[in-house]
Amino acid sequence: MTATLEVRNVSKTFESDNGDRIQALAPANLGVKQGEFLSIIGPSGCGKSTLFNIIGGMIPPDSGEVIVNGVSVSGPHKDIGMVFQEESTFPWRTVLDNVAFSLEVAGMEKKERLEKARHFVELVGLTGFEHHFPHQLSGGMRQRTAIARTLASEPRILLMDEPFGALDEQTRLLLGDKLLKICDALKQTTMLITHNITEAVQLSDRVAVMSYRPGTIMRTIDIELPRPRDSELISTDKFAGYVGRIWEDLRMEADRGMKAAGEA
Amino acid sequence: MCMTHAEPHQKQRLAFALWGPRTASLLVLLFLGLILEVLVASGIADPSIVAAPSEMLMSLERLFTKDNLGAAFLITLAQALSATFLAMLIGLPLGWTLFRYEVLGRAYRGWLAAMFAAPLVLLYPLFLVIIGRNYGTTITMGVITGSIPVALYTCEALHKVSPTLLKVGAAFNLTARQTFTLIQVPAAVPDAFTGIRLGLIYSLVNIIGIEFLIDFGGLGRVVSTMFFRYDIPGMYAAIFFIILISLLFLTVLKKVERWLRPV
Repeated sequence: MTATLEVRNVSKTFESDNGDRIQALAPANLGVKQGEFLSIIGPSGCGKSTLFNIIGGMIPPDSGEVIVNGVSVSGPHKDIGMVFQEESTFPWRTVLDNVAFSLEVAGMEKKERLEKARHFVELVGLTGFEHHFPHQLSGGMRQRTAIARTLASEPRILLMDEPFGALDEQTRLLLGDKLLKICDALKQTTMLITHNITEAVQLSDRVAVMSYRPGTIMRTIDIELPRPRDSELISTDKFAGYVGRIWEDLRMEADRGMKAAGEA
Repeated sequence: MCMTHAEPHQKQRLAFALWGPRTASLLVLLFLGLILEVLVASGIADPSIVAAPSEMLMSLERLFTKDNLGAAFLITLAQALSATFLAMLIGLPLGWTLFRYEVLGRAYRGWLAAMFAAPLVLLYPLFLVIIGRNYGTTITMGVITGSIPVALYTCEALHKVSPTLLKVGAAFNLTARQTFTLIQVPAAVPDAFTGIRLGLIYSLVNIIGIEFLIDFGGLGRVVSTMFFRYDIPGMYAAIFFIILISLLFLTVLKKVERWLRPV
């Protein structure tokens, strides 16, 4: 099957304030198939978020290209929906109006867009909270609102940068279950950036492991766990085996990252 | 069973948290008023300098019936609202310009901040000469003092818009105009409103001050008239009324601000 999303030889170097050049990404290659859930995992500072921003069109790569459905793209693209790690719901809009945002921008009639937004609110399990403002919701509910807002624009590829990074472990697992159900229901092609091994194994069909700076894809691991899944999986031996395997790959890179941070 | 006992207790605590500070401040005012009343009645405080609170309150009625305090209030209110409206017309685009063009922002924000701290009321003789002893002068002084906080806070509010919200806009392929109207403006409203609130208060204070100085217009003129008539209770009553009006303004504006920034 051809890749829905392809990252070809993408690299990026930043210049710091004192003129030092830091290579964040060495040429990286990656493909995500239609309906696949791929996680990218790597130690802190490995360039995961840089890759996320390049794929989402927020920053241009120095070299290489991002291909969506066979077409090279530059800049934000309607087929790629982004969910950010930081708080991103609009505080002046209710849950329903947040979710309907992209539909409003697209010029959809109010009645139609609210109806459609309700569907996505229900999908992320926020029925009953449609008229709440973000400050009246928990962190997990706000992230679900952000996910619903992105899904409402019906992107071919859902791109998420540690969407549950700020949440506690239990909420993170439960939201992982929710996300699995949504992606199964929509057959959504998804790319998740994370540093959490458990989360990556719980959700993914494949996990791509990144090296420490300059970041590149060291290895991809197929997660052959049955679907539909839920967080009960984490107590199985097979799950633990995958976690151990990924950690084996990651440990040396994480160690390099810590040493580099200590030297900095 | 526990709930039935706990709920009234909780309600009592909430009511105390709400009304306790208000009652305490009112009691202090009443106490200070009582002390002043006793000091004036006993002759310790000179009634030609300080009015007894009871006399001052009684003068209020006279100010309304004979000295048109109600009309004076409306005149000052109309001037303050006009000045604030004009201050917004100047301050909002100015704040946006200082935000949009970084060089201008770096060059002039410091100037504006310095002007914000300066006693601009001292410029009134200049406008008195240029415009004359009329509403033009009072409103111009209100506009000048009001537009500075509006511009400064608008610029600050636009700078404070979360970069993540702007990234959301970029991810949805918004045009620059859509980003401005759908994200930057609504995100900046609460902080920009703080500037508008300060602008209104500065305008009001300066307008009343100029009215007093040039013996023209609304509330400030009433205080000035009482002062020149040597009507001490009337003068304190007018000042007391101005304080009440300021408190009312502040309360209403705070409520609007809370509505705009519910977090």
